[in-house]
Amino acid sequence: MTFTWRPARRLLASLVQSRTIITENKFNKAGLERAIPAFRSVCGDGGVSLSEAVREQHGRDESVHRCCPPDVVVWPRCVEEVSALAKICRHHCLPIIPFGTGTGLEGGVGAVEGGVCFSLRNMDRVLDVHQEDFDVTVEPGVTRKGLNSYLRDTGLWFPVDPGADASICGMAATSASGTNAVRYGTMRENVLNLEVVLADGTVIHTAGRGRRTRKTSAGYNLTNLFVGSEGTLGLITKTTLRLYGVPEAMVSAVCTFPSVQAAVDSTVQILQAGVPIARIEFLDDVMIDACNRFNSLSYPVAPTLFLEFHGSEKSLEEQVTVTEEITRDNSGSDFNWARDAETRGRLWKARHDAWYAALALRPGCKAYSTDVCVPLSHLPQIIVETKEDLVRNRLTGPIAGHVGDGNFHCLMVLDPNDPDEVTRVHEFTERLARRALALDGTCTGEHGVGLGKRALLREEMGPLAIEVMQGLKATLDPKNLMNPGKVL
Amino acid sequence: MSRVLVGVKRVIDYAVKIRVKPDNSGVVTDGVKHSMNPFCEIAVEEAVRLKEKKFISEVVAVSCGPAQATETIRTALAMGCDRGIHVEVSGKDYESLGPLQVSKIFAALAKKEEASLVILGKQAIDDDCNQTGQMTAALLDWPQGTFASEVEITGDKVKVVREIDGGLETIKINMPAVLTADLRLNTPRYATLPNIMKAKKKKIANVKPADLGVDIVSRACRGTEWDTVGSLYEQWRSRSEHGALVF
Repeated sequence: MTFTWRPARRLLASLVQSRTIITENKFNKAGLERAIPAFRSVCGDGGVSLSEAVREQHGRDESVHRCCPPDVVVWPRCVEEVSALAKICRHHCLPIIPFGTGTGLEGGVGAVEGGVCFSLRNMDRVLDVHQEDFDVTVEPGVTRKGLNSYLRDTGLWFPVDPGADASICGMAATSASGTNAVRYGTMRENVLNLEVVLADGTVIHTAGRGRRTRKTSAGYNLTNLFVGSEGTLGLITKTTLRLYGVPEAMVSAVCTFPSVQAAVDSTVQILQAGVPIARIEFLDDVMIDACNRFNSLSYPVAPTLFLEFHGSEKSLEEQVTVTEEITRDNSGSDFNWARDAETRGRLWKARHDAWYAALALRPGCKAYSTDVCVPLSHLPQIIVETKEDLVRNRLTGPIAGHVGDGNFHCLMVLDPNDPDEVTRVHEFTERLARRALALDGTCTGEHGVGLGKRALLREEMGPLAIEVMQGLKATLDPKNLMNPGKVL
Repeated sequence: MSRVLVGVKRVIDYAVKIRVKPDNSGVVTDGVKHSMNPFCEIAVEEAVRLKEKKFISEVVAVSCGPAQATETIRTALAMGCDRGIHVEVSGKDYESLGPLQVSKIFAALAKKEEASLVILGKQAIDDDCNQTGQMTAALLDWPQGTFASEVEITGDKVKVVREIDGGLETIKINMPAVLTADLRLNTPRYATLPNIMKAKKKKIANVKPADLGVDIVSRACRGTEWDTVGSLYEQWRSRSEHGALVF
């Protein structure tokens, strides 16, 4: 088998070489050496590291892409330092790779052309909680769970929950979403303002300094330009977020269905009935089986919906009643629900441990998550076709999905040392992405484009839109120093 | 029906990186985020659940400290307590306030409020003393169920499952009693906005330790240093009576 070095093969190459660490520095090594003392004068000696272990740590995230360590890691302590460091990088033509928590799933932190990793974890203040205005501003070192813990006395929370304890600014950079998106939206809907350092060190506020209104029609929407730009247009150093009230009460429920169609039909009908459901998660039979084994549970091995309702006591009663009726009409069975925190946790444990349960199916293997999203009405078709594809190609791919958004993940469990399986997985993911594109969908619902989906992005957007994106990139980053090799 | 007192302490938030003051006299507290001690949150949650299950009729949140302690009481009220008592202790008195004085205050309040249960967190995360609950029970001569990971009330008895070194111990004690909450007793609820609004209208009474007949002057004295073990032993031998240590 031969493989040619096309961009679409990058995933294949990454998986095969997953243990190799390669440093490529296309840029001027002498420039790097001159820059390091300059970095030290900005961040202090303790704020700059050349050690191999530290660089490796900052060259990988939670994806299957190989580790691409940067040439140096720096830890700025404030936006002024970030700006100064960016100016130094620009002067010496060094790529800049922002690093939050390294919990991304698309290889966004890989320094494919070497360069300088800006680890932002020391900028970890929660600034300006405005309880009555429902907003807060955070620095990049603040994680989602850290923020919610900080806010716990205020009755407010930030509901976007991508699973990992990710940096909030990182979540803004990748336009993250999560299980709650069906009710609370994704980062796109919940970022009010950003402080961004551009490639030349300029610091801008995308909605104006200190502005935090719930709505605005002032000028171009720069905030949403940077949300999802994955560090290719600028470095996010502050995010102003919209917060929500902590729900008065929560109820979780689980329900089994005889078919994928029945489960998805129920989802559509629940949404059409106007139930403000907070979470609606789908696990297919393979996934449930994996969860049963992993957690010694005994859920019926069939397509299952995990549901969560938020609201006042009275509204919860209504929501659960309406939902139960709908599931029954769709031949749903074993409708179990729970009110108190501990039982809810037990009920949802299967869903929370899905990733590990999938990995446990084949110990020693790695897992890769696909991430397509389609309009709701096309969801049954794409899931059914995908499952047929998995069976036909003898692939392990339990499915977990945020069906309320039409988004689902196949957790592909594969042996990275089996080139045949690696190829089959890669080809499967391409087919899946194209299937989604053919159904008016997107190749990435929430994980981002990163390293591996750039060709798919071109197919999805079409050449003209891509040209506009490239124009924006060229304007904001003419030297292509901001996280090169990603998105475009 | 019965009334429960819950003790809540305002401490530096568990997520904060503690820094020592430059003069080494203590830790930096100015401008640092404070919140309710996590074990106190668990105690409040348990008390509120007991009220929801109708075993008790009223939950009173108590905190000893300066003016800011009322914020912690408000959080307890937002979690479901009915009213609060702020025992005002500030300045130097607060710096030397320790479990013995706090337990005297709680004992006095428990009698005054005719409480049938006093529920405290097992320890505070700033001093880790793990003494207040036990001392309160001793002063009141009440049974104690400490390190509780499960609490069940039947009639006027409480079944407590305690987390101890060897595993779990189940005891049955009579009420009135003192309980201290351990980590796995429950998962505390978040204060919701509607409840925070309601809590603003609930009453917090302000009292001083003297009003309760409690003297909080600290009698802890400075120790003495000796150069060698030998000289310590000599002092010890010369001071002991019948082999017992006397100071």
